[in-house]
Amino acid sequence: MRQFIERHTFWAIVLVLLVAVFVWLIFAVWPPWLVDALGRKKTFVNTLFNGVTLGGLYFLVASGFTLVFGLMRNVNLAHGSMYLLGAYIGYDVAEASGSWFLGLAVAFLAIALSGALLQILVFRRMEGDDLRQTLVTIGLSIVAADLMLAIWSGVTYQFSPPEWLFGATKLPIVSVVKSSGAAVYIKYPIYRLTVLLVAVAIGIALWLFLNRTRIGMMIRAGVNDREMLSASGVNVQLVFAVVFALGAGLAGFAGVVGGTALSISPGEDIRYLLASLVVVIVGGLGSVTGAAIGALIIGLAEQFGLAYFPTYGVVLTFLIMVFVLAVRPQGIMGGR
Amino acid sequence: MAAERRRGHGIFSGGVRWSDLHPATVVAVVFLLAYPSFSSDFFTVQIGAYSLILGTIALSLMMLAGYGGIVSLAQLTVAGFTAYLVAILGDNSVGVMGLGWPWWLTVPVSILGGAVLGALIGAIAVRTEGIYTIMITLAIAVVLFFFVRQNYVIFNGWTGFAGIEPPTLLGVYWRDPVPFYYLSLLVAGFFFCAVVYLSRSTFGLGLQAIRDNPRRMRALGFDVALHRIFAFFLAGLVSATAGVLLVWFYGRVSPGTMGVEGTIDILVIAVVGGLRHPIGPFLGAIGFVLLENFAIDLIDRERFNTVIGLVFLAIVLFSPDGVLGLWNRIRPRLRFDRNVRPASGRAETDAGDHPAGVRESTS
Repeated sequence: MRQFIERHTFWAIVLVLLVAVFVWLIFAVWPPWLVDALGRKKTFVNTLFNGVTLGGLYFLVASGFTLVFGLMRNVNLAHGSMYLLGAYIGYDVAEASGSWFLGLAVAFLAIALSGALLQILVFRRMEGDDLRQTLVTIGLSIVAADLMLAIWSGVTYQFSPPEWLFGATKLPIVSVVKSSGAAVYIKYPIYRLTVLLVAVAIGIALWLFLNRTRIGMMIRAGVNDREMLSASGVNVQLVFAVVFALGAGLAGFAGVVGGTALSISPGEDIRYLLASLVVVIVGGLGSVTGAAIGALIIGLAEQFGLAYFPTYGVVLTFLIMVFVLAVRPQGIMGGR
Repeated sequence: MAAERRRGHGIFSGGVRWSDLHPATVVAVVFLLAYPSFSSDFFTVQIGAYSLILGTIALSLMMLAGYGGIVSLAQLTVAGFTAYLVAILGDNSVGVMGLGWPWWLTVPVSILGGAVLGALIGAIAVRTEGIYTIMITLAIAVVLFFFVRQNYVIFNGWTGFAGIEPPTLLGVYWRDPVPFYYLSLLVAGFFFCAVVYLSRSTFGLGLQAIRDNPRRMRALGFDVALHRIFAFFLAGLVSATAGVLLVWFYGRVSPGTMGVEGTIDILVIAVVGGLRHPIGPFLGAIGFVLLENFAIDLIDRERFNTVIGLVFLAIVLFSPDGVLGLWNRIRPRLRFDRNVRPASGRAETDAGDHPAGVRESTS
């Protein structure tokens, strides 16, 4: 952080100003001219929160994607399918057992297992052949999408999370002050806030895992120099399998979390694959911090695009991607 | 045309000498030319012409991937965009846009527009390399798909355009099965020869050298990015022309024309056929179209994608060079009687395709 401020003082100042403006926009009661310019404060704050929570969800999906890429140089284009499969499995388990949390756990484990199997049975056979690995994942996603359509059909599913996650809570943010002097507070769904909390928790857990544990150290070493890691006596294949399982498991986990926030239906796999792609392109492939930054930017851009220029929300995302590619081809946090 | 085709196959079969010419080549050309005379309308258009169109789009991918090492998933997007341009600049029956330009203006402008889009996509994509390119072109393809779906003013959103007619020229209505087949064959044959020619031109050799070692080429003073963008432009021309045929084939165009499924289909066709030689995409396209139409007899119609996906997986897992790679592997075992060069060496590199003199003259 300090390094960043020293090296890019100008951008640091711009960032601080931006954050300050946002904080002011959130907490201040808006004067009339601002309401004229931007519309009602409620819309703005809701959009902001939607953007941040969507960013949290995108982070959950993209972190696994970027983790796998960082270590194995394997672009897993079946990542979206893993998300959707996790959501379906989680739904079935949750429906059968009546416990949403059990569904979440089983989705994580099942997808993690499938990821480990994929790494051991398929990708190990074609190490170093990036293009072929990518093509295999495309083939897998075609088959997976079709089989999932066969098993769960084209119906839209809706999770039923525990009672206490339902409903809305009052945020300590004033939207307008009525003429009588009473302040109107903004309400926001609890579940969305939970998604955000979970994303932050997972982010911190990942950071601790990567920076404070032995296997995390191996992973970081592997990202820097795979050959040297294996030469120093580490079972690289095991590390690969663990990382792949973790990355895939995160996708399954995100499937249940995201499926509850929105809904599950065929086609979601491509949507989240695209989201992960754009997030890691913007954030920088292979960097978990980059995934967090990218997810936040894309989530915000998508929601603000949807609220303020509804027709071309997707195009805004695209423009951000092109801009980042033009200015910094390796992504915001990309190393190389 | 037959003569040029033969030369193309000459490369395929291992050398440029005329004596090496395989009789199968002549048979193939004669078969393609005579095909409509003995097939039904369905086979002429739905199988024949459609395979040729898909093959041409896949050819543009093959040319980028095989010679440039760039796997672009946005080639169908270029074709779809051109199809839209034809509907927008020419006539359509929807009542949105349709500027009513004559065909001789609409078609070249549309093709050029498509190629320029291809070059623009290239300009974005070439900033990255290898695996990144797949991701970025995929992202671009998906985003453009959403864009045409959302835009109602120009692209008419979900519905797209209908009632797009090819011109009646020389007293022939080009939508009729036989003329349309020959039109597709002409386009496919032309671009096939053009790509074969390209692979041996100075530019093509430069492109292949860049594929093999971009750093060295940069050090030698080649503008790597410009070469790649120009390759995208040329591939755009191929794909865009196929796009014109595509819109005449369907008579309509909608966002689904350039959707993700179609994009992946094109990749499947190119990879299954083989990315080493221009004939690969056409073989892949024929296989794909036949499977698409007749898989219904073998398995449930609904599970078509599973079959396609499994075929694709099998090819990628066991024969990275596609059907062509399989052929190269089997061939030495079939030709005991001849003085055979090791086929594996050829499968590894394209170097065997070029006479040494040509290669040296560029360096």
